[in-house]
Amino acid sequence: MSEVAVVGVGQTAFTRACGVSIKELCFEAFREALEDAENLQPQDMDGSIICSAPEYDKQRSPAGAIAEYLGLNPKPTFYAEAICASSTTGVRIAYGLIKSGLHDLVAVIGFQKMSELSSTEVQERMGRGADIMWESPFGLSMPAGYALFARAHMQKYGTTEEQLAKIKVKSGKYSVLNHKAIFQREVSLEEILNSRVIAAPLKFYDCCSNADGASCIILASAEKARKITDTPVWIRGLGSASDSLSMANKANLTGLNCAVEAARQAYKMAGIEPKDVDVAEVHDCFTIAELMAYENLGFCKPGEGGKLIEECQTYIDGDIPVNIDGGLLGKGHPIGATGGSQVRTIVLELRGDAGKLQVKGAEIGLVHNIGGVGLYGNVIIFSR
Amino acid sequence: MGFEKFGKISYTSETKVKDFVNYLEKGKIMATQCRMCKKIYFPPRMDCSNCLSVDRMNWREINNEWTLITYTTAHFAPTGFEDDTPYMLAIAESAEGLKLFARLSKDVSEDQVKLGMKLKLTPVKLPNGKIVYEFKPLGE
Repeated sequence: MSEVAVVGVGQTAFTRACGVSIKELCFEAFREALEDAENLQPQDMDGSIICSAPEYDKQRSPAGAIAEYLGLNPKPTFYAEAICASSTTGVRIAYGLIKSGLHDLVAVIGFQKMSELSSTEVQERMGRGADIMWESPFGLSMPAGYALFARAHMQKYGTTEEQLAKIKVKSGKYSVLNHKAIFQREVSLEEILNSRVIAAPLKFYDCCSNADGASCIILASAEKARKITDTPVWIRGLGSASDSLSMANKANLTGLNCAVEAARQAYKMAGIEPKDVDVAEVHDCFTIAELMAYENLGFCKPGEGGKLIEECQTYIDGDIPVNIDGGLLGKGHPIGATGGSQVRTIVLELRGDAGKLQVKGAEIGLVHNIGGVGLYGNVIIFSR
Repeated sequence: MGFEKFGKISYTSETKVKDFVNYLEKGKIMATQCRMCKKIYFPPRMDCSNCLSVDRMNWREINNEWTLITYTTAHFAPTGFEDDTPYMLAIAESAEGLKLFARLSKDVSEDQVKLGMKLKLTPVKLPNGKIVYEFKPLGE
């Protein structure tokens, strides 16, 4: 059966308020991906998958509106949602569609225009992100959910607030080199540690920010990919898993079980081990999330994430460079676009097109994209 | 209807376990136990995911001794909870192995909180006529 490759990637800048419509936002990412795929045309696509978190959308069934605007009619289009992991779920579905032989060329377009809503409306939606029957009635938010993990991790392993802050220091160092990132300033350790408390022990700079943005990944069958480009990037392994929505029912509060399981599947399918990964993009919606990702992906043992960042092993010249584009902490997090942005970065790294952010000689790359507080986990492994 | 009385802000009104609120108003914190496979559920549910029986649950009081596993102090809140900040959110495990997410009472100051401390779950009537439960230190 045919292998599946990424043949084109595109992404808008991630900004606080994009000032354009969701259709225009998606057009920019789609156009860039077409150009990147040696000037493919909209009508070359066999189908499209549009990904976002619908609670931030005003448009009902956005796939229809976006497919029309992008010139993708009459080819099939539909919507995929897994909150912050929506667009890697789109990639997983596209992989299945291509692998089955149903389609040869599929565009996965992820977007979010979070500025579409007022901050009051965003706050209201945030309140319904937990289990609405038993947990939301207490006032649980995303930062508080991850803070519960952070506290448990600190208790069990002695992880410190300073170690978490060092993850944000790294992020700032790289996001200033990424012109598409929202955060264009380096932050000092002191500034991070002294920033206001959001959900203790997490502070302002431990949290990523909402953003507007879109991403596009074009996937192709092997036969098609070889006709389109000399530099396809292949999907070698995919893993996907879920965990409880309820905080109380999470069997593990010092790591994300959905990430551990998704990683196990992806490594097995790719036939590689964690040490074989040359560059990784992980879902650092909060600093603690990146630290747990180090451990859940096997880049270090459980409890040694703090040591890994202290030794700078996840910097560009370290043992395992992580989030060399700034990550969510530096780029901003337009929910539905984030997974596609991570895939884009890995594809550029593996093609040697990452410019100032290039990890030398990277051959195997990994994407770790999480939806909710460890609710949905996707891990995808790529190689040249 | 009936369950909308649970929580300061409630998003659910209709459920098979609405009697939970009636018990809570009488000061009782109730779990359900499947008559078929004996599995205990807290928060309660009427559908057993273990043996797939439906509506074959008995109500039973929980063993009200809990151990604090983790907590956070929220300084930002979703809509409707802004006036409460800062407030502590916690996960605790019961002697029976049940786990629950709830607030830690404002009677406890943050510097008194230690992971591993013993807690009990207590019903709290709110000024707006609603009811909720919260963790308090055991022995108080």
